[in-house]
Amino acid sequence: MSHTMQFQLSRNSFGRLVLESAEHGRHEGVVPVRAFPVAAPDKGIALVSTDGHEVGWIDELSALNATTRALVEQELASREFMPELLQLVSVSSFATPSTWQVRTDRGPTELILKGEEDIRRIGREGLLVLDSHGVQFLIRDLAQLDRHSRRLLDRFL
Amino acid sequence: MIFEQAANSLIPPAFPDAWQADLLAQLAEAETVLAWAEQDLDLQLCFGKGMLVLTAQRLLTKRAGEAEWQSHLLRDGLRLQQHDHAGVASLELFDAAARIAQWRYTLNHGPAAQHLIERFALQLDSLRSGQPVPEPEHAHCPKCKAELDADAEECPVCTREIHQPPSTWTLLRLWRFAKPYQGQLLLGFLLMLGSTAATLVSPYLTMPLMDEVLIPYQNGASIELSTVGLYLGGMLMAALVSWGLGWAKTYILALVSERISADLRTTTYEHLLQLSLEYFGGKRTGDLMSRIGSESDRISVFLSLHALDFITDVLMLVMTTIILFSINPWLALATLLPLPLIAWLIHLVRDRLRTGFEKIDRVWGEVTSVLADTIPGIRVVKAFAQEQREAARFREANKHNLYINDKLNKVWSLFSPTVSLLTDIGLLVVWAFGIWLIAHHNVTVGTLTAFLAYIGRFYGRLDSMSRIVSVTQKSAAAAKRIFDILDHVSNVPEPTRPVQLKQVSGQIELRDIRFRYGNRAVIKGLGLTIRPGEMVGLVGHSGSGKSTLVNLICRFYDVSEGAILLDGTDIRSLPVADFRRHIGLVLQEPFLFFGTIAENIAYGKPDATREEIIAAARAAHAHEFILRLPLGYDSLVGERGQGLSGGERQRISIARALLIDPRILILDEATSSVDTETEKEIQKALDNLVKGRTTIAIAHRLSTLRQADRLVVMDRGEIVEVGPHDELMAREGAYWRLYQAQARNVDTDPDDAE
Ligand SMILES: Nc1ncnc2c1ncn2[C@@H]1O[C@H](COP(=O)(O)OP(=O)(O)O)[C@@H](O)[C@H]1O
Ligand SMILES: [Mg+2]
Repeated sequence: MSHTMQFQLSRNSFGRLVLESAEHGRHEGVVPVRAFPVAAPDKGIALVSTDGHEVGWIDELSALNATTRALVEQELASREFMPELLQLVSVSSFATPSTWQVRTDRGPTELILKGEEDIRRIGREGLLVLDSHGVQFLIRDLAQLDRHSRRLLDRFL
Repeated sequence: MIFEQAANSLIPPAFPDAWQADLLAQLAEAETVLAWAEQDLDLQLCFGKGMLVLTAQRLLTKRAGEAEWQSHLLRDGLRLQQHDHAGVASLELFDAAARIAQWRYTLNHGPAAQHLIERFALQLDSLRSGQPVPEPEHAHCPKCKAELDADAEECPVCTREIHQPPSTWTLLRLWRFAKPYQGQLLLGFLLMLGSTAATLVSPYLTMPLMDEVLIPYQNGASIELSTVGLYLGGMLMAALVSWGLGWAKTYILALVSERISADLRTTTYEHLLQLSLEYFGGKRTGDLMSRIGSESDRISVFLSLHALDFITDVLMLVMTTIILFSINPWLALATLLPLPLIAWLIHLVRDRLRTGFEKIDRVWGEVTSVLADTIPGIRVVKAFAQEQREAARFREANKHNLYINDKLNKVWSLFSPTVSLLTDIGLLVVWAFGIWLIAHHNVTVGTLTAFLAYIGRFYGRLDSMSRIVSVTQKSAAAAKRIFDILDHVSNVPEPTRPVQLKQVSGQIELRDIRFRYGNRAVIKGLGLTIRPGEMVGLVGHSGSGKSTLVNLICRFYDVSEGAILLDGTDIRSLPVADFRRHIGLVLQEPFLFFGTIAENIAYGKPDATREEIIAAARAAHAHEFILRLPLGYDSLVGERGQGLSGGERQRISIARALLIDPRILILDEATSSVDTETEKEIQKALDNLVKGRTTIAIAHRLSTLRQADRLVVMDRGEIVEVGPHDELMAREGAYWRLYQAQARNVDTDPDDAE
């Protein structure tokens, strides 16, 4: 099993993360990448250099010291974009392509569903809705949606 | 007003109206707006509207969620940079020391930002040099780089993203397929009218039979045989006429509906074949098969049986109503009383049933999909001993199917008995009211008998008519799923104004192309020009986008940005089939169709002569092994046909490519899956193929690309090196590292050598 490597993380004036480690040297612009963004978001995060190589590995976020962890979390937050669908307000039609007015944890927006196959099941209750511009909307638990949303969504499932 | 007029002229007309007034307040006198990009996210990646404007002097921005505009004066050393990840793009402004500002947005605002970046760079250049910004001779579409007409507002290549949903009156849309048969349909309808009218004669005759024969007899009069014979004869005649007309009608309409659904099926399949690979990538084979196969059949059954019955029923209802009212309006009123109630009930259940049936269809697709996934992969399933798991997956899909069905059946099972109950109650009402009327001497017994005879049928039909709800919903759902295919516009659409290329010399130009699968950028700003007749070897490690590039050149997908030109013409303006005719493609996994070897070789040119086929096979070094097969060129291959080795299949597919004599040849790892001995054989075949054609060859073994004029080294969707073998070796760059790694017979990343 791999374990958390020894490295220092900082942010430079260009807003990039800089990693320094004995093993891999200094890398500017490393990005944290979750290995299992849906199944286990806080376990297993790789730090990947600009040329795509893994230069650091974090077994568990909670094992990091506070500053490093904050840096990683900030960077993750600015890279991850999977708005969580909280409510379907309305849909333009039950046939696709269909424009949905939705409320998400990142504010209200609209999305265009190109086809029913762009709604994918994740696990038991979860759904992933892929909009026509490539944004993925997550529904964590279908059962948690309100009746109206569920009824609308049901027509596409 | 005057001020606004003056300033307005400096804002291009295409600038979004919503921002117009806001921006005007910010602009200095005579400040020209050069480019703009909207944002739909704030820095915390929450949705919100923002705007970035480039003027001749500065960048003006109002970020999402902020109240104030900010401005950054243009100065030397500034740099704008865009990159994207997981569907979100980020635009950053840097100077030499730090990041100054940042904007975030989803990808649909990407092209505008890209355009702004380019204008920004030009503007800075002119600031530095003091020269005015050179006006581009031709306007280029910011998205696809296609040249625009001076007066065109929108790019003709790009404005084809259609997000219009199809209408929900799906079944009526079947009219498009029924139209060619309208003559027969009309005839069928007239026959239907006749036969339905004929069936209504006999209950009518029960009335005089009762009142003029039976009742008088009961009261002591004798039975007059001639009258009885007349009435009974009339009934028999009516029955015979109705039988004859009914037969003719059913026959004609069944023929028509079968033809309609056959047309529907073939049209759908033809349309399906035109759709891009992207469509097939997102769909599952089983689902598509069930749509075209069983669901068009369901529509046919619906049209020939249920719809027909339903219309007959409606006709009967209308005629019966007329007759009943003409006999006795009051009794008629009582008879028709339960009707609205039943109609309301039907309406109530309709919606639930429709969605339920749509769901069942989808679940059914899921069940077939499991089969379609597993059966082709049966070797893998068995090799890993996963039969149990696959069986469980199927069971699971079936269980889901059962569950959905059960849920629906709850509603459905309640529905029919309720309708029956209501009709029974309706009969009761008629009996009660009828007896009351007779008792008050308004009505004869014969009339009541006739009424009961009529509404016996009438309500019987209502019950079966209520069934139409479910079948209509079922076939509407089926029709919707078929029209979903028909409505899908191909992602590689035929050009609206096709350009014909008379002579193709085979020059390919890739102009700053970008491509993404979903939100994953795979080709990132790639430019290359391949001369006619040149052989280019594409190398780079696995996943660097080589096959994707080939897919783009073949137009299996369309580029997201940029353009691919054949002899200077955008391939999107060439008819797709014409364009592909110029391309010979040999893939790593050759696919042979079920049929003879000769048919497989002639796949791209079905009218090829035997001599041509043999010549192609000879050139592909396939002739001799074909002759060794028991049936020679007539041996069956493909599914359940003669087994062939990988190298043999490959040579057949090379012969296939040779036969169409393409100007452009594309070899995607054509020799990667065979042993070195076979590779040599195939290599000889390829040497024949390559001569005089523009060739793009992808090969894992670099040694097979020795005769390439130029080698193109790709890495993560970009070209990192271009040049002939010797030059690249001398340069000791990425290619050299790849080569060294292979010489040492270890497969390493080129970057690892650093
Ligand atoms: N249909 C597809 N959908 C999504 N991603 C794909 C698809 N085909 C290829 N890719 C991805 O695109 C990248 C380039 O793939 P490809 O062009 O096949 O590489 P190469 O041929 O150079 O090995 C890979 O990362 C691959 O995972
Ligand atoms: Mg490949």
